[in-house]
Amino acid sequence: MTETITRYEPGEPAAAAGYVDAPPRMGFFTDTTLCIGCKACEVACKEWNQVPATGLDLLGMSYDNTGALTANSWRHVAFVETDAHWLMMSDVCKHCTRAACLDVCPTGSLFRTEFGTVVVQEDICNGCGYCIPACPYGVIDQRRDDGRAWKCTLCYDRIGAGMTPACAQACPTESIQYGPLDELRDRAQSRVQLLHDAGVPEARLYGHDPADGVGGDGAFFLLLDEPEVYGLPPDPVVTTRDLPRMWRRAGAAALVMAAVTVAAFLGGSS
Amino acid sequence: MSRDGVTVPPLNFESYYGRPIIKAPVWRWDIPAYLFTGGLAAGSALIAVGADLTGRSALRRSGRLASLAAVGASTYFLVHDLGRPARFHHMLRVAKPTSPMSVGTWILAVFGPAAGAAAVSEVGPWLPRHGLFGLARRIAPPVGRAAGVVSAAMAPALATYTGVLLADTAVPSWHEAYPWLPFLFSGSALAGAAGLNLVAAPRAEAGPLRRLVVAAAGLELAAGRRVERMGLVSDPYRTGPAGVLLRAGRALLVAGTVGALLGRRSRVVSALSGVALLASSAATRFAVFQAGLTSARDPRYTVLPQRQRLTEAAAAADN
Repeated sequence: MTETITRYEPGEPAAAAGYVDAPPRMGFFTDTTLCIGCKACEVACKEWNQVPATGLDLLGMSYDNTGALTANSWRHVAFVETDAHWLMMSDVCKHCTRAACLDVCPTGSLFRTEFGTVVVQEDICNGCGYCIPACPYGVIDQRRDDGRAWKCTLCYDRIGAGMTPACAQACPTESIQYGPLDELRDRAQSRVQLLHDAGVPEARLYGHDPADGVGGDGAFFLLLDEPEVYGLPPDPVVTTRDLPRMWRRAGAAALVMAAVTVAAFLGGSS
Repeated sequence: MSRDGVTVPPLNFESYYGRPIIKAPVWRWDIPAYLFTGGLAAGSALIAVGADLTGRSALRRSGRLASLAAVGASTYFLVHDLGRPARFHHMLRVAKPTSPMSVGTWILAVFGPAAGAAAVSEVGPWLPRHGLFGLARRIAPPVGRAAGVVSAAMAPALATYTGVLLADTAVPSWHEAYPWLPFLFSGSALAGAAGLNLVAAPRAEAGPLRRLVVAAAGLELAAGRRVERMGLVSDPYRTGPAGVLLRAGRALLVAGTVGALLGRRSRVVSALSGVALLASSAATRFAVFQAGLTSARDPRYTVLPQRQRLTEAAAAADN
């Protein structure tokens, strides 16, 4: 009945979730300098995961007619057109080390896999919707005609069989790179150094730092501008970081409520 | 720049075509309605046990019946809002302290049956005196009292956990308000429940309700003031539809409190004050809910406070 929760231990989330001899934590490094905006990742994800179409949406703002990560789009290629540059970036669930969606899920539908990723069990989810406003990145979403919450699984079925996730497999430029997170972080650091040396000082990593507000992302990025330009939060924090303080405030308010009631009834008969 | 003593970050920022960064809650009006009825259930359970232990039988009866009706409505709203209502019982698979919704489920699972038993015990006096019914008639008062005490013991948790439920999200105007929402909701719960029972109970037993209304109004007004003074993320509470609702709730609260105090000799004025307090409680809950939606839909409320945090951290690192 009771689930043991030890998600605030630093380091490997799979070990913290209770896996013994878990495989290495797997993730994505999405290098946006290599993205050509072909959307092969979006299509491959839909095909493999049987994600329904949303119909023909023309948003009229850019080459981006997907718009955002939603229940029906688990990869989303953002197109940023400015006077200075044209940026493309394939966004995805971050598979946070400290995942708010997972923390707040009241059914146990969301769980931590042995690979350190975060997955929704579709046969458990009852569509309470709590994970949706809990996500600091606005990733997880409710499928309207279905009622349940859906998001990227980092192709849990494929990686369990030793395969590469569909999006990374389909990416023609290796902008999306899949592998053990440690290796990806090392590779990303050298890539940023290379770009800085080549005269691209605006290159920076996003979501790579285990000391950030979500304990680092399992899917992180190399960006060429501020995160908010791509629709990413500049300094996301897992909301449950403040939860112990929230419970203390609720406890104090509950005590005040009880005390006020006692006082009102002891105050005489008038 | 400062407003209410809080530094306001610069208003210019870049966004992705103005699209929201976080997802707004998909919860429908069932959820603010539940916040309202859950508070009524909790406040009424406290009133009922207070009345029971101080010998106010009519107030006890109204409190118990109101509590059962309100917790019944709450359960309906919660199940109705689910994307898969038939799977509501999946909430009972786990008990997770990191999920305020799971904690709330278990609070309700204890509170609901206890409030129900306390209300059902009120049929005792109508039962025949002999046979099995006679036995039920005799045990109804002590069982009702015990059940009432259990529901009242859970009531403060039921009324305040909802503040954590909203705050434990990435919704800026809810999360930042986490120190105040439980106090706001406990005040709103007591004001609404006292209002409902002012309508239902006789004047002779309403003394504690009037004192309760004053305390509840003080709690709610003080907490509401803090929620409106958090800087940028308070804007959704002060402007737009949520601002209108919150001000309406406050005006009704003040009117209901004054009416409850001055109208103690008039059954009609007491009942009207009770209705105003009920309406105030509902307006406050819908206002807080709406303010959260507004703050989630505008990337400004997500980006600017985070930008400011980064700027301050960088400045601190330089010093």
